[in-house]
Amino acid sequence: MSPSRGRRLGAFVFLSPGLTYLVVLLLVPLAMVLSYTVFQRGRFGGVVYEFTTENFTRLFDPLYLGVVVESLKMAGLATLIALLVGYPTAYLITRLPGRWKTVALVMVVLPFWTNFIIRVYAWIILLSGEGLINSGLEAIGLGPYELLYNQGAIVTGLVYSYLPLMVLPLYATIEKLDPQLREASANLGASGFTTFRRVTLPLTLPGVMTGSLFVFVPSLGNFVIPEMLGGGKSSMVGNLIRKEFLSARDWPFGSTLALALIAALLVLLVVQAWVARRA
Amino acid sequence: MRSSRLLHIPFWLTYVFLYAPIVVLVVMSFNSGESAYTYEGFSLKWYGELAQNELVLKGLVNTLIVATGSTLIATVLGTLLAVGLARHTRSKALEALALMPAVLPDLVIAIGLLLFFGMIQLTLGRYSVVLAHGLFAMAFVAAVVRTRLSGADTSLEEASRDLGAGAVTTFMKVTLPQLAPGIVAGALLAFTLSLDEFVIAFFTIGNLEQTLPIVIYSMIRFGVTPEINALAAILLLVSFTAVIAGQRLTKIGESRAQD
Repeated sequence: MSPSRGRRLGAFVFLSPGLTYLVVLLLVPLAMVLSYTVFQRGRFGGVVYEFTTENFTRLFDPLYLGVVVESLKMAGLATLIALLVGYPTAYLITRLPGRWKTVALVMVVLPFWTNFIIRVYAWIILLSGEGLINSGLEAIGLGPYELLYNQGAIVTGLVYSYLPLMVLPLYATIEKLDPQLREASANLGASGFTTFRRVTLPLTLPGVMTGSLFVFVPSLGNFVIPEMLGGGKSSMVGNLIRKEFLSARDWPFGSTLALALIAALLVLLVVQAWVARRA
Repeated sequence: MRSSRLLHIPFWLTYVFLYAPIVVLVVMSFNSGESAYTYEGFSLKWYGELAQNELVLKGLVNTLIVATGSTLIATVLGTLLAVGLARHTRSKALEALALMPAVLPDLVIAIGLLLFFGMIQLTLGRYSVVLAHGLFAMAFVAAVVRTRLSGADTSLEEASRDLGAGAVTTFMKVTLPQLAPGIVAGALLAFTLSLDEFVIAFFTIGNLEQTLPIVIYSMIRFGVTPEINALAAILLLVSFTAVIAGQRLTKIGESRAQD
């Protein structure tokens, strides 16, 4: 066997099983989602293959547009809070001595590898009327407050679930930063805050973008947290998609909502790549 | 440094924020009372209740079948894919495709698979979830194995090929043993991910069966009980153990690769 034929055979043996799996269970399903957006709904779920643009017009119905705007707001707020908490945390981790650095990083990531439902459930216990936070507040003569089943609870749940995804990329970029740059800035008379604003922050902007993307994207498409912590009162795009597929049975419109979600994600990816290239 | 000390507040806040809910949940699982909120005393009775809960036991069996099946698929296909991508192609597009299941929102993958399984008229149940979890777990296994491959020394593989061994023989006798720690770490990761996955399972399992995360989800809708806390505490322990074991394995692999 000639070496080049051996090479091609190797490529085939190693790549074809996984790629077949990816084509059948990823690309074909995605193509189906895409195609459903221009068809009409079947009476009991499914699809009728007749062309329509109605799904896209419906997307701009104030009712759905309102949900989209609301989701963007909540996902944005969760991202901002995660950034404000995550940046100083990541910064301090880079300053820790070697062994503690690993421990601190693992401690940040560990909750992320546990069951998502359980992590959200834990907040029901904490925030509920009889929960620990309200009991504590009562002990000092405050409350009880309605902490659960509102937008604040949803944002808390989102920050809690995705904070590790903010800290990791921030840590990676801050760690790479040359400490001499900060020293030079300080030696030239800049205050700590000025150094941060003019040197550290601009140089770690790619990490800020990546972390924000990692928090924003899963927040936007989430339906579990709004349902469990929002009490179903306020819904997000994820809830709409879930409803269209599992109860309203309007698969074409559900697919259109999903396409909108993917489009938002692609726009953000392009922005992130642009920032990364400029930095 | 004054500014640095100010930073300690958000730093510690992060860790309190991350662990307080978990600690409260575990403590409440040992509550002797009926409430998931007010601690009355130590008891293991809710763990006992769990062992008699039909729904939980069925969920456990389904979860184990799904996690084992999808881990097998993901480990075999993911490892082959990683070797193929590292040694047999330079295509950036294929590399992106292999990572896609890990990057796309789970909800998008879930509805795509729901439509697809509907089209091929596959009966929804735990076996459709095996296929679904195999997909995203494969991406993670491929990524983990890939990282080990790019750091590995290729001279042994080249020597094997120069001595006349084919691609498959070289893989079985040289590459695979070198990769073993990475593959085991990847498999562990796949197993943990499947164990904990909710969204895709929720969409692709149909109405007749449930995995453990789905059991918890539907139990919560009927109210919060210490029994859910007990189940949650067990699952947390399993995930933590698997992650730490995976971490250890990766470290062993690294130190061996340096020798």
